[in-house]
Amino acid sequence: MTAVLSDEGTGPPPALPDSRRAGRPRRPRPARGRTGLLPYLLLVPALAALGAGLGYPLVRLVVMSTQEFGLRQQFGQPAPFVGTDNFAEIFGDPYFWDVLRRSLIFCAVNVVLTLVLGTLAALLLSRLGTAMRTALSVALLFAWATPALTATIVWQWIFDARYGVVNWLLTRLGGDFEGHSWLSKPLSFFFVGTLIVVWMGVPFVAFTLYAGMTQIPGEVMEAAAIDGAGAWARFRDVIWPALKPIFVVLAALSTLWDLRVFTQIYVLQQAGGITRETNTLGVYAYRTSAGNDFGLGAAIALVMVGITLLATLFHLRQMFRQEEV
Amino acid sequence: MGRRRWPLNLAALAVIVVVAFPVYWMLVTSFRPNSEIRTAPRFLPIGTLENYRTVFERDHFWSSFSNSLQVTLLTVVFALFTAFLAAVAVARFRFRGRLAFLVIVLLVQMVPAEAMMISVVKVLEGWNLRNSIAGLTITYVAFVLPFTVWTLRGFVGGVPKELEEAAMMDGSSRLRAFFTVTLPLLAPGLVATGIFAFIQAWNEFTFALVIMDRPERETLPVWLQAFNFGARGTDWGGVMAGSTLITVPVIVFFLLVHRRVAAGMTAGAVKG
Repeated sequence: MTAVLSDEGTGPPPALPDSRRAGRPRRPRPARGRTGLLPYLLLVPALAALGAGLGYPLVRLVVMSTQEFGLRQQFGQPAPFVGTDNFAEIFGDPYFWDVLRRSLIFCAVNVVLTLVLGTLAALLLSRLGTAMRTALSVALLFAWATPALTATIVWQWIFDARYGVVNWLLTRLGGDFEGHSWLSKPLSFFFVGTLIVVWMGVPFVAFTLYAGMTQIPGEVMEAAAIDGAGAWARFRDVIWPALKPIFVVLAALSTLWDLRVFTQIYVLQQAGGITRETNTLGVYAYRTSAGNDFGLGAAIALVMVGITLLATLFHLRQMFRQEEV
Repeated sequence: MGRRRWPLNLAALAVIVVVAFPVYWMLVTSFRPNSEIRTAPRFLPIGTLENYRTVFERDHFWSSFSNSLQVTLLTVVFALFTAFLAAVAVARFRFRGRLAFLVIVLLVQMVPAEAMMISVVKVLEGWNLRNSIAGLTITYVAFVLPFTVWTLRGFVGGVPKELEEAAMMDGSSRLRAFFTVTLPLLAPGLVATGIFAFIQAWNEFTFALVIMDRPERETLPVWLQAFNFGARGTDWGGVMAGSTLITVPVIVFFLLVHRRVAAGMTAGAVKG
């Protein structure tokens, strides 16, 4: 569920910069009559699965967003068409804008932190000896492989008010953190949430960038070093220009993933007990529906799809610009 | 670059400790008796299997385990089969609509599950498939399919068509050439992609939360969150044992295949 079912970074392949048309001489296209229907038949099962599991629910989502769909409809009453009323209600509700702003800020902070820390980790990987590099890779793989749900529960345990290791450590260091509850205040709530999302997101960024860095010819780096370029200059003048396409793709993918964070927020809310000040778009849509207003929930969800679509189109344009699909 | 390695190594060590700590802490906690967990933290892995016994004896653990296993295996089988056919179509044939199909796959990949959970439940309810293995499987197949098609397309494209054509010159039929020449070469790619689909379905929480809302229909992640929520910080040993049981197989699988899948992704990006 790739990017879709979990947040751990299995999106479409990051487009690599050196993928310009591999120089195979073009053979004449086979006449259409010869391949005939076969390729279409081969696509039927995939299209059927996508249609049933995704296409039709998407249509239903659009329909529901234009209906009044509450408790009575749950018990079989017909759902009246209300046009754009649901959207009008959302956009007229200041709380919705709070949630939207909160989601965008949370996303931006996570993306920036993930990219910066991922870049630093990649640079570290590229300069370590074999043994240390392997050890660091394994640690990063652990973080990458851990399912979103168990990761969140483990971090919840680490930050537990009574027996958590963080409070224990901070108290020992002289702070007053005995029984301190991290999840009952919005700011520290999102601090923990960000920690989890970034912890899970950094490995993918680090490995992808590291793979890109190994493609930069060693002589270029050495020449830059001989010219007296410091570490920062080498990054700015050699690594950044060479890897810019990868950075762009990683930024787009991280944005997509961090916009729709659900599991982490939902589980932390269950633990901390505050929802109103911590709802993000996905959780808000879910909670609105769970409160038996499916029409409104669907409208919120569609706004989310719309924002994602914009980010996706940007991402696809980059991909198609860089490679021949 | 060889000069002064130790500051770098020290930095690396610090990063390793921070990054690996949560997984380590989960393991350590799962082997400690709860009475001890409530005193000061202990950092060495010693202890007891008591927490694992708690998990095995807890209500609905085994039914959740069985549900998770069924949904996951069914998802892998159906996703691999349908994705394989589609991958052959786009990697081996040039036909009208090919590009459109690829664009659909990429777009669909980006549709957030978190936005779809509401209507997926309604659709499955209409088909009488809520709280059913079949309903959850249909949903999972649709959501792993884009990635599976994309990855397999790279693997299929990586086997030169010329190999098949050579076999056909020797008198094999096209189908036979495909099964005797291409398929064996694809086996590693199919295994890697299958394991990846396995991980995705095994981990999935969002859809399972809303589709399987009866305790005996829960999958493991939903069961674990119910345990976590119900324990409310009183049974961290048990919750960590449950987390470990769900996480360890995933990490092992992941370590096995991540390189191969990465290679498949790269191949997918390079081959036309």
